[in-house]
Amino acid sequence: MAAGIRRRVLAHVLANNGGYLSQACSAAELLAVLYGRVLNLAPTDGPLHPASFESVPGPQAPRISGGVFHGEPGPDLDRLIVSPAHYALVVYAALIEAGRLDEAALDQFNKDGSTVEMIGAEHSPGFETTTGSLAQALSTAGGIALGRRLKNETGRTFVFMSDGEFQEGQTWEAVQALAYYRLDSVRVVVDVNRAQCDGPMDSVMTIEPLATKLAAFGASVDSVDGHDVNALTRSLEKTTHKPHFVLAYTDPTRGVPLMNDRRPVLHYLRFTGDDERSRYQDYYDTLLTAGAAR
Amino acid sequence: MTAIRDVPIITRPHVENFIRWSADKPEVVVLSADLTNSCEVGKWRDTYPERFFSMGMAEQNMLSFAGGLAREGFEPWLHTFSVFLYRRPLDQLQMSVAYPNLRVRLVGFLPGITTPGGVTHQAIDDIAVMRAVPNMTILETGDATEVESVLDVAHAVDGPVYIRMLRGEVPRLFPTNEPFVLDRARILSLAGSNIDAPTELLVLTSGILTEEALRAVPALQAAGVSVTHMHISTLKPFTDPAVTQAINATTGAVVTMENHLITGGLGSAVAELMAEAGASVPLHRIGLHDTYAHGASQAHLLSEYNLDALALVRTAESALGRSLDIDATELAPVRIAATHSAAKVEAL
Repeated sequence: MAAGIRRRVLAHVLANNGGYLSQACSAAELLAVLYGRVLNLAPTDGPLHPASFESVPGPQAPRISGGVFHGEPGPDLDRLIVSPAHYALVVYAALIEAGRLDEAALDQFNKDGSTVEMIGAEHSPGFETTTGSLAQALSTAGGIALGRRLKNETGRTFVFMSDGEFQEGQTWEAVQALAYYRLDSVRVVVDVNRAQCDGPMDSVMTIEPLATKLAAFGASVDSVDGHDVNALTRSLEKTTHKPHFVLAYTDPTRGVPLMNDRRPVLHYLRFTGDDERSRYQDYYDTLLTAGAAR
Repeated sequence: MTAIRDVPIITRPHVENFIRWSADKPEVVVLSADLTNSCEVGKWRDTYPERFFSMGMAEQNMLSFAGGLAREGFEPWLHTFSVFLYRRPLDQLQMSVAYPNLRVRLVGFLPGITTPGGVTHQAIDDIAVMRAVPNMTILETGDATEVESVLDVAHAVDGPVYIRMLRGEVPRLFPTNEPFVLDRARILSLAGSNIDAPTELLVLTSGILTEEALRAVPALQAAGVSVTHMHISTLKPFTDPAVTQAINATTGAVVTMENHLITGGLGSAVAELMAEAGASVPLHRIGLHDTYAHGASQAHLLSEYNLDALALVRTAESALGRSLDIDATELAPVRIAATHSAAKVEAL
């Protein structure tokens, strides 16, 4: 599934001369483990076709939620709130791999009038909230988890985050509140790929020692290899009595070693010319051949 | 209308009223950011401890948290000072609450210059900011009756609501059987027999400045000016046809009076309405003119920034181009609320 996520995103990047590829490289196993192993979600009626964009929410326009791709919610079922909205393409690829989203949906990616937006919003497949302004989802998930606790629901509320969001003050306000209210149903997986828009994180603003900081704020924390699906699964399923953070240390070039040539800035890939593009195409073709051989 | 000199003063009208009102509404929860008693919900917390959530001094998190609760079917009523609801957490207010059109109630205390807390505590631009937030409804209370009845109005709105709330010693200007009605102005004085009858002066006031206008309007009338006076308590939406009718019936000038900057608030809303209606009379806006205020008593600041009854008289004279021979002694007496009143738990 993780390989499928990478392959789909790479194919899309090739077809569109650019995209958020490093996020697929780093987060493929994280989303594969969530959708494939950990999340207890109701099934969808097969791969769903994404709705076209109708309207922003308002008094005469009910909210449409990308949460429908997670199946009908239930009191004992899990929820997933995706925080870094620029991972949208990776989330869509994961939903396709999970059999919840029609693979033709990617043809609508970033097209006018589509909900399959480049920066996901709450109408986009897999998104329940509008989180393109980073670091708000963890707080919102806290409110959702508190609301679910007040309703005696037993399902867990997962949050997928990126490491850059730990530079925002609101994230720490949220951790503080989750710990204060002992919202142990909140389980956060963080893609610690140590890369952000301006370049390597340590050249922008360091967040380490992240595990120590989170523990000091009253959270339960594990640091794991973010490409080790068994370690990720074990940590995500662990019983804790505090809000739980899984710091998944990842490689933003994983599975596409060509990306190393672009270091240190990996945030968004736009091919420099036909030369580079054809090298990625060749690599993609070998992936396909290898996939077919298996 | 009760003469302004006889208005009863209600002490902390929100405290018991909000407790009573919440009793049969289990979906109502309160979030507070370390200003619980200052926002008159200390007793509410003690009455409904399972529905009260202290969020600490962390407003960004509080706004997004509220969005999450609202998504689960709860109706969060955030209680803090106005400035801390829209200045620091504006992005969270917009993206976590307003964009998804969630039923979150933002109860903002200390509007405008009602606090001696100075510039950090004085919300002088809140209406301007909130008017630029899609999906937001903006309500402003002007007396105890509105403090009490605004709850039903906000509760009925399918979307986020911002309330400019009053606390402590609050005058009852309006009868208890005339509750707050969404997007409907109160007619306090009519120049003729109906709203379409010509008036020389149309005075549109909001919040605590309505009380100031009530001190001045009788003196204006005694000086021979025909006046229609309306109290505005809904700033968004701002579509009451009676206001447009009154503007169209005005022969001299329209005067607005607000406890806010003249940019972006009531004065601006009226200017837009007048321009769209093709009104051909001038507009005079009483309010803060491109300035911050500072820490001092309400009465002092009303006078210093020309927001009081006398300011309305002087503005009317300038708008009508004639002296009205009214001096301060002819205005109804000022009701002076003590800066450090027993009706307030905290100093601020």
